[in-house]
Amino acid sequence: MTQDGEAIRLEHVTKSFDDHKVLDDVTLEVPGGKAFCLLGRSGTGKSVTLKHIIGLMRPDQGHVFVRGTDITALSGRDLSEVRRSMGFLFQNAALFDSITVGENVAFPLRRHTDWPDAKIRETARAKLAEVGLEDDYDKMPGDLSGGMRKRAGLARAMALDPDILLVDEPSAGLDPITADEIDQLLVDRKKHGTTLVVVTHNIPSARHIGDELAVLHEGRVIARGTAEELDRSEDKMVRMFMRSEGSG
Amino acid sequence: MLQQLGALLLTLLAWVGDVALFGARALYEAVLPPYEFKETWRHVFEIGWRSLPLIALSGLAIGVVLSMHTRASLERFGAEAMIPAGLAIALIRETGPLTAGLLVAGRVGAGIGAELGAMKVTEQIDALEAVAVDSFKYLAVTRILACVVAMPLLTAIIDFCGIFGGYIAETTVSGMSAQLYFHRAFSIVEFSDFLPATLKTAVFGFVIGTVSSYLGFNTTRGTEGVGRTSTSSVVLSSICIILVNVVLVKLIFFVFPVKA
Repeated sequence: MTQDGEAIRLEHVTKSFDDHKVLDDVTLEVPGGKAFCLLGRSGTGKSVTLKHIIGLMRPDQGHVFVRGTDITALSGRDLSEVRRSMGFLFQNAALFDSITVGENVAFPLRRHTDWPDAKIRETARAKLAEVGLEDDYDKMPGDLSGGMRKRAGLARAMALDPDILLVDEPSAGLDPITADEIDQLLVDRKKHGTTLVVVTHNIPSARHIGDELAVLHEGRVIARGTAEELDRSEDKMVRMFMRSEGSG
Repeated sequence: MLQQLGALLLTLLAWVGDVALFGARALYEAVLPPYEFKETWRHVFEIGWRSLPLIALSGLAIGVVLSMHTRASLERFGAEAMIPAGLAIALIRETGPLTAGLLVAGRVGAGIGAELGAMKVTEQIDALEAVAVDSFKYLAVTRILACVVAMPLLTAIIDFCGIFGGYIAETTVSGMSAQLYFHRAFSIVEFSDFLPATLKTAVFGFVIGTVSSYLGFNTTRGTEGVGRTSTSSVVLSSICIILVNVVLVKLIFFVFPVKA
């Protein structure tokens, strides 16, 4: 079981696709109300880790605890119940392309609240306004740029004001100004008590958002700590990563 | 060679088993709450209403052609009076249901396969799960149920349009009145001709929905995979319908024996 204050805990999680081991005995915990940034090169299992946390993937070995509940043992309605308190921004936003941007954001509200339509629309508009898309409610996802889609995806992830927000590459493909705005938005969420797990290549962004950072390499967590602690790491890969200013 | 055939057979059996399990799960989850009435109804509209022009027009054309063929055959025996009844029986018992099944497999099967396939490769199915929605129930069960509901309705329509098409052909050639044509057409059609043949298309609908949804949910390889899923949905649904039809016809003859 997790300790008090732990929002997420991965215990000895191993995951392979065919013969390729993507996660190799990964153990980490994320304290509640903190921002945890997962860093690493492409293909090191960062997105796979996020998908394990929300139960979209199941580990071959090991366990994933969300607020003390082992979600690897859950399915169906029990798993849905855990997911209702989580938001997930996919790397490519994964907006539902058959409905408008506004209805994408309204979708979780329609499914999980009994609010009247007017309140749902109002809330969805407010969430879109938070990410600077207040005028785009009626647009179709296909009409948005990559960055706008990402912001709309974030608005949908925040629709139910989740306790835990999982964010996959929030600044990838965004211009620096928009990326900074998104970072600030995530920091604001954290200040309101939301636990963040952010996968990013963007080191300045990770420094800005993250209370704690971890570096994944070849499916293993090779370092974790505050940005300052990782700066002082003696591991060559960690040092290379922390000194890079890549923006993903 | 024999080894390759064996491997192919095993692959085929594994696929049939997977699809059967997918369908069985859909049936099981369809009876469990929460019920997705709104989404199911939306798909009934999408599948049923939007297939209507294709079904109606095809029915008319088939009726005209069947009438011409029937006339050519029956004229030799001086049995032109039997044309409306022969056409109605042929349409209602077999031609209508099977044609409707194949047409819907083409139009709807491809659509379901492509739509779900695209959702799979763009992570929209994962996104549904992430917002705590049961994607299987929301996407697959609703579409399968909609196909089950829409198919018999579309079959009844293709039957009627076919018989009407037959009337157009018949009245053009022989000047037969509508009253006489429809009286003759329905004079020997019985309840046992119409109901089992029409209701069996609910099974066709189940097959189309299940095969297409299964393929959509298991799409890989990006847009190329979506295209392949769309094509496979049509081909495999059609083959399954034709094979299932053999069993269902045998079953119908067993339950409702043809009177001499």
